[in-house]
Amino acid sequence: MTLLAIDDLVVEHRSPGRPIVRAVAGASLSVGPGEVVGLVGESGCGKSTLARAVCGLNPVTEGSITFDGQPVTPLGLRRRKLTGIQMVFQDPYASLNPRRRVGDQIADGLRTSGDTATAPADLLERVGLPRDFVSRHPHEFSGGQRQRIAIARALAARPRLLIGDEPISALDASAQSQVATLMRDLAVDSGAGLLFISHDLSVVRLIADRIAVMYLGRIVEVGNTAEVWANPRHPYTQALLRAIPKPDGMGVLPAELPGDVPDPADPPAGCRFNPRCPQVMDVCRDKEPDFGPVACWLHEPK
Amino acid sequence: MTLDITDLKVTIGGKEILRGVDLSLQEGRVHGLAGESGSGKTMTGLAVLGLLPHGSRATGSIALGDRELLTLPPKELNRVRGGEVAMVFQDPATSLHPMLTIGKQLTEHMRHHLGVDKREARRRAVELLGKVRIPGAEEAYGRFPHQFSGGMRQRVAIAIALACSPKVLIADEPTTALDVTVQAGVLRLLRGLCDELGLAVLLVTHDLGVMSAVADEVSVMKDGLVVETGARGQVLREPAHPYTRSLLDSLPDAGSDPAPAPRSEDS
Ligand SMILES: Nc1ncnc2c1ncn2[C@@H]1O[C@H](COP(=O)(O)OP(=O)(O)OP(=O)(O)O)[C@@H](O)[C@H]1O
Ligand SMILES: Nc1ncnc2c1ncn2[C@@H]1O[C@H](COP(=O)(O)OP(=O)(O)O)[C@@H](O)[C@H]1O
Ligand code: SF4
Ligand SMILES: [Mg+2]
Ligand SMILES: [Mg+2]
Repeated sequence: MTLLAIDDLVVEHRSPGRPIVRAVAGASLSVGPGEVVGLVGESGCGKSTLARAVCGLNPVTEGSITFDGQPVTPLGLRRRKLTGIQMVFQDPYASLNPRRRVGDQIADGLRTSGDTATAPADLLERVGLPRDFVSRHPHEFSGGQRQRIAIARALAARPRLLIGDEPISALDASAQSQVATLMRDLAVDSGAGLLFISHDLSVVRLIADRIAVMYLGRIVEVGNTAEVWANPRHPYTQALLRAIPKPDGMGVLPAELPGDVPDPADPPAGCRFNPRCPQVMDVCRDKEPDFGPVACWLHEPK
Repeated sequence: MTLDITDLKVTIGGKEILRGVDLSLQEGRVHGLAGESGSGKTMTGLAVLGLLPHGSRATGSIALGDRELLTLPPKELNRVRGGEVAMVFQDPATSLHPMLTIGKQLTEHMRHHLGVDKREARRRAVELLGKVRIPGAEEAYGRFPHQFSGGMRQRVAIAIALACSPKVLIADEPTTALDVTVQAGVLRLLRGLCDELGLAVLLVTHDLGVMSAVADEVSVMKDGLVVETGARGQVLREPAHPYTRSLLDSLPDAGSDPAPAPRSEDS
């Protein structure tokens, strides 16, 4: 059964006097209950825009998003709390109110889910923080602790889908894997799905059942994490994995992927990766490979 | 030129932050500095530049060649900082002024420290932008920081750090905020500059993969002390200190090539 289904989603940003930015340009993705899906891709490729659309924070231009069989439509804040989707943002200040005690903010989440048996301090304990932190304000914590509080607050609402948008990039390496693993365990234990967004593949690899690789508004490869890691098929996925430096003590410089992510307001014709692709062919410049699980002419389904 | 830090102790408001740090940087070598958050990596770099927070006290020795930086008069220290010793930070926004063109930022620096005239400064600035591989250096000269991507901004910050031909470069997490693909370019650049210009580089990073890619020597800090120093291959492959070992063990990859994650090995 699918919890979240995203089909051919297009999301556009319109700002006066500027060309329309098609930040998500026909992306399809699904998340099942108890499943962790990692969404990776370079900065600006549209990960946050996709996540915000799932939460009803960005209007859908084309395509559809269904959650539990119901279409997701732009919602007011109050209604959204009832839909069972919670999001943890990159900057925990964006999800926490700086002027309220963290215990009160977690209590809001508990009220949303109608949970009267759990105390805010119980949730702090579950994310590995001391119970007496409930009476403190967000600024009294380190970046890593604030991130845990944002997670506790999201979990208090008992979401059936948790979305983390680069929830860990402000943390150092060991704290990153701790917090990522914590999100996975807490989501999966309660049977919720987790869509985990990051540009750090090594962390995604640690917690995701499936990986989706995004490039310039489209999902270019989806697959089982272990399979994608061992055998990446899309040239962009291959480039991403090659760019991760290995801590093997050998002094090998990681491979460079030349060029920047092109402007989504003016994407290249044909395959969007073609100007940077080491394996580009003639067909790539004319026709967009509009299929999955690997959107590349080298992997056309038979 | 070498930079030798011996028994460096720093206290801020009575609290001992560095408790006797020893580090040695050599010409043409990258010295990697790892360690947990709050262990004192940034403070070590700031001490070298004489940029410790207000109310700090530093004792021990920081010797640049045969000059002792800790006791240098402020005016001379000012000449060293941004001249012979330069710094690049994690967030290029810290090193770049948002309201000035990058050309202006590059040349101001040179004219202040090197006393070269406007035309010569401009010529050198364009050359430097080329060296850090900013495409279209002539045109890029007149642009503002926000008109570049994150990776290019960090390259510009490195160009500014290099403007006065420093002998020592301190880079504090220079690629942490960047995508892996962009990081790869910046790491290649740093390594190349070190080899080509004979810079002595102190590279602070949490990422042992980054360390492994560019560092020649590696030191590991914990609680204000360097607990292990050695050649890259030795520290990363046969760590002597339990803390270094725990850092390596906490990595999802544990030094391996991309391969199936343990959890899914049966599939
Ligand atoms: N302005 C300051 N005043 C007082 N203490 C400070 C100040 N800045 C840093 N410290 C303290 O000094 C210690 C070392 O800090 P430093 O910034 O060097 O850590 P770091 O190793 O660079 O950590 P990170 O990896 O998180 O950047 C920490 O205990 C920190 O709390
Ligand atoms: N509110 C907005 N208005 C206009 N353009 C936007 C807005 N938010 C994002 N964009 C643009 O949409 C593209 C995708 O952005 P985003 O979804 O934030 O990427 P990611 O999260 O993958 O880094 C980028 O080109 C970005 O500049
Ligand atoms: S379709 Fe062509 S250009 Fe695009 S990734 Fe595949 S080979 Fe490269
Ligand atoms: Mg984002
Ligand atoms: Mg630091």
